[in-house]
Amino acid sequence: MSQKLVDSLKSEFGDKIVSVNNACGDESVSVHRDSLPAVLKYLKESESCEQLTDVIGVDYPDKAERFEVNYLLRSIANKSRINVKVAVEEGMDIPTVSDVYKSANWAEREVFDLYGVKFRNHPDLRRILCHHEFEGHALRKDYPIEQGQFLSTPEKLFDDIEYQGGAFRADEVECEENPFDLLNVNIGPSHPATHGALRIEVQLDGETIVNAKSEIGYLHRCFEKEAEDHTWALVMPYTDRLNYVSSMLNNCIYASSVEKLLGVEVPQRAQVIRVIVSELSRIIDHLVCICANLVDIGALTNYWYFYNIREGIYYDIIEPLCGSRLTTNYARIGGLSHDLFDGFEDAVEKHLNKMEAAIKEVTGLIARNRIFLDRTVGIGVLTTDEALNYGFTGPCLRATGLDYDVRKHAPYSGYEDYKFDIPVGENGDTRDRIMVRMEEMYQSASIIRQGIKKLTPGPITLDDASISLPPKESVYGSIEGVMNQFKLISEGIKVPAGEAYGFGEGANGELGFYCVSDGTGQPHRLKVRPPCFPIFSAFDEMIEGLMIADAIAILGSINIIAGELDR
Amino acid sequence: MAVALDNPSNFMTTRLRQAINWGRKYSLWPLPFGTACCAIEFMSTVSSYNDISRFGAEAVRFSPRQSDLLLVAGTISYKQVPILKTIYAQMCEPKWVISMGACASTGGFYNNYSTLQGIDKIIPVDYYVAGCPPTPENLLSALVSLQDRVQNEGLVPSAERHQQVIR
Repeated sequence: MSQKLVDSLKSEFGDKIVSVNNACGDESVSVHRDSLPAVLKYLKESESCEQLTDVIGVDYPDKAERFEVNYLLRSIANKSRINVKVAVEEGMDIPTVSDVYKSANWAEREVFDLYGVKFRNHPDLRRILCHHEFEGHALRKDYPIEQGQFLSTPEKLFDDIEYQGGAFRADEVECEENPFDLLNVNIGPSHPATHGALRIEVQLDGETIVNAKSEIGYLHRCFEKEAEDHTWALVMPYTDRLNYVSSMLNNCIYASSVEKLLGVEVPQRAQVIRVIVSELSRIIDHLVCICANLVDIGALTNYWYFYNIREGIYYDIIEPLCGSRLTTNYARIGGLSHDLFDGFEDAVEKHLNKMEAAIKEVTGLIARNRIFLDRTVGIGVLTTDEALNYGFTGPCLRATGLDYDVRKHAPYSGYEDYKFDIPVGENGDTRDRIMVRMEEMYQSASIIRQGIKKLTPGPITLDDASISLPPKESVYGSIEGVMNQFKLISEGIKVPAGEAYGFGEGANGELGFYCVSDGTGQPHRLKVRPPCFPIFSAFDEMIEGLMIADAIAILGSINIIAGELDR
Repeated sequence: MAVALDNPSNFMTTRLRQAINWGRKYSLWPLPFGTACCAIEFMSTVSSYNDISRFGAEAVRFSPRQSDLLLVAGTISYKQVPILKTIYAQMCEPKWVISMGACASTGGFYNNYSTLQGIDKIIPVDYYVAGCPPTPENLLSALVSLQDRVQNEGLVPSAERHQQVIR
C-alpha cells in the first residue's frame, strides 16, 4: 500500500522529490525543505494520511547537510505509512508543519531543543525537555554526554502581562464570561494528582480554567543519548524505565524493532512468551491507571481492589520470571533472557481469575455510581479527528470510537493468530477512556489464555552466534564460546547499517523505536516514539473551559507516565 | 482532674529526649517526592499488601509544611533541582530525608547531561536505600532503621544534624 503513496507523490510533485528509498519494507521520500508543508498537506488531504506519528531528528556530523528530519506519516484508513525526509544545514530553518498536524507542535519543539534545528513560523518554539537555561543542543554528536548544567530558577510559563491578570483587573487577558481577576495557579511538578513530574500552570476564573500551559521534561533522563553511548543489547535495561509500569512491553517492542533492522525473526516459543508477558504488562498498566484515576476522583476502595491484583501478579509471576518486580529486562535481541518457570501456567490462570473478579467488583461500584458519572461523562471530550490530529493512539484514541490497534492493523509477534476484539468508546470522554481500558483487560486475559495453549517446547533464542549470547556451558567449556561471548559483550551486536521504524501496541498507545544504525555495535540514533507525548500535548486544549477538578480527572484518564513522556 | 501521685501505677519516669523521640519515630509523616519508577514502588509500600501504616508512617502528606520525612523517590534532573531545594527548605523542624533508589542516591546508571548525580549534592540525606527500584521490603527496612536513629539521637535541630551528615 505504501508504494501507492510514493507513486502518487511522484506524479504530483515530480522534480521536487530528491530521492526515494525503501529500507526494511518502509518507504521513505526525501523532499526539499521548502516544499515540505505542501507535500504533507497533499498527503493529509488527498491520500488520507490522518496522523503525523512523530518527527525525528538525526545528526550526521560528516555530511554537508548535517541534520536530517524525518516526518513519519500514517494513513489508518489505507493501512499505509510513509516517511518524509528533509535534510538541513546548520543554521538553516525548515518551515513548520504545526498548522497541518497539531502533533507537529511539540515534536518540532523537541527537535529544536535537542538538535537546534529551527522551524520557521512555529507558534511557540521553546525548549521542551531541557530547561530554559540550558546551553547547546544535547543530542548533537559533539555535545558531551556527561556535561550537566544546573538550573537556577524555574521557567515562567506565562509572560508578565498575563501574570498581572492575577494581581490586577485583567484588561489585557481574554476572559469573556467574567472580566474580574484571573488567578494563576501552578500545579506540579510535585503534586499528588500529577502522577509523576509534570507541571501545569492554569489561569482560573473562579474554578474555571481560562488558560492552561503545561511543561514537561522534569524526568528527562536522556534515554536517547544514553542509547548512543551503549551497545544495542545494553539499551535493554534503559527501555525498562521508559514506561516503568509496563516494562515488559517496552522490552519486547524494542527487541522486535532491532530485529526488524537485523532482518531476523525469533523462534515460535519466544514469540508466544512475548505475547503473554506483553499482555500481562498491559493488564498491570491498565490496573494502575484506572485505580490511580479513581483515587483522584474520590473512589479510594477501588484502588485497593486493583492494586492488590497487581501486587499478586508481580510477586507470583513477574518476580519469579525475571528476578525483579518493576524493571524486568526480560527480552533480548533475538529472543528472551530466560524460559518460563515451572507452574507459570497455573499462576497466570489463578491471577487472571482474581483479576476478572476484581474488575467485576470495581465495575459494580462505579458503572452506575452517580458521583463517578457526574465526574466523568462528557468531560474531556475529544472527537476522532481531533485525536488523530494530535497524534493519539491506544485506548485514548479508541475511546473516541476509532478501532485502531497496532496488534490488528500491523500484526507483529504473531498477533494475527489470536482472536480478540478491539473495544471502542462512543464519546471520547473520561468515562469512555476508563471503560475501554476495563474491557481491554478482559481481551488481554483472553489473549494470554490462547497463548498458553499455543506454548510448545522449543528454543527461546535465535541460533545465531552473531546475535544471541552462547549458552553458559559453552562459555565455560570452550574457547569459541568465550570468544563469542567476549565479542558480543564488548563490541555489541553488529546491526547492519540502515534505518527502520519498529512499533507495537504499548499500554498507552503506539510505542515505536526509530533505529538508525551505522554498522557498528552502537546505535547511531535511537528515537522512542512514546505514546504519552502526543497525548499530553493535547492536554492544554482539553482542559480549557473546564473546572480545575475536571483537569485532574482527565489527567488520570490519559495515563501520563513521566518516564515515557520525557524519556 | 487530680492524679494521685503517691500511687506508682499513675506515673512513669523517663527522659524528655526519649519521650519526645519515641513520639516522633512512630509518627513520621512522609512527603513522597516521587518522580519515577521508585514512586511506583512507594505506592506499593503504602498499599495494603505491604502496609506502611504498621510503622506509623502512613499519613502521606503532599505539603512540605505538614510533613517531616522527605522521601525522594526517583531520578532528579537538573530541571528539578530548584524545586527540590525549595521543598526541603519549606519543611518545618524536625525533618529527615530518605534517598530512595540508585538514581536519587547517585544518579544511578544515568550519568548524563540531565541527571543530578545524587541529591546529596543539593540537600542533606539521612538514609540511602539501595535498589533500582528498591523493593517495598527494602524501603520498610530503611524506615525502621531511620526510626532507630530518631530514637537514639538527641533533640538536635535538623539544621545542625544535617550539617553533621554533610560533613
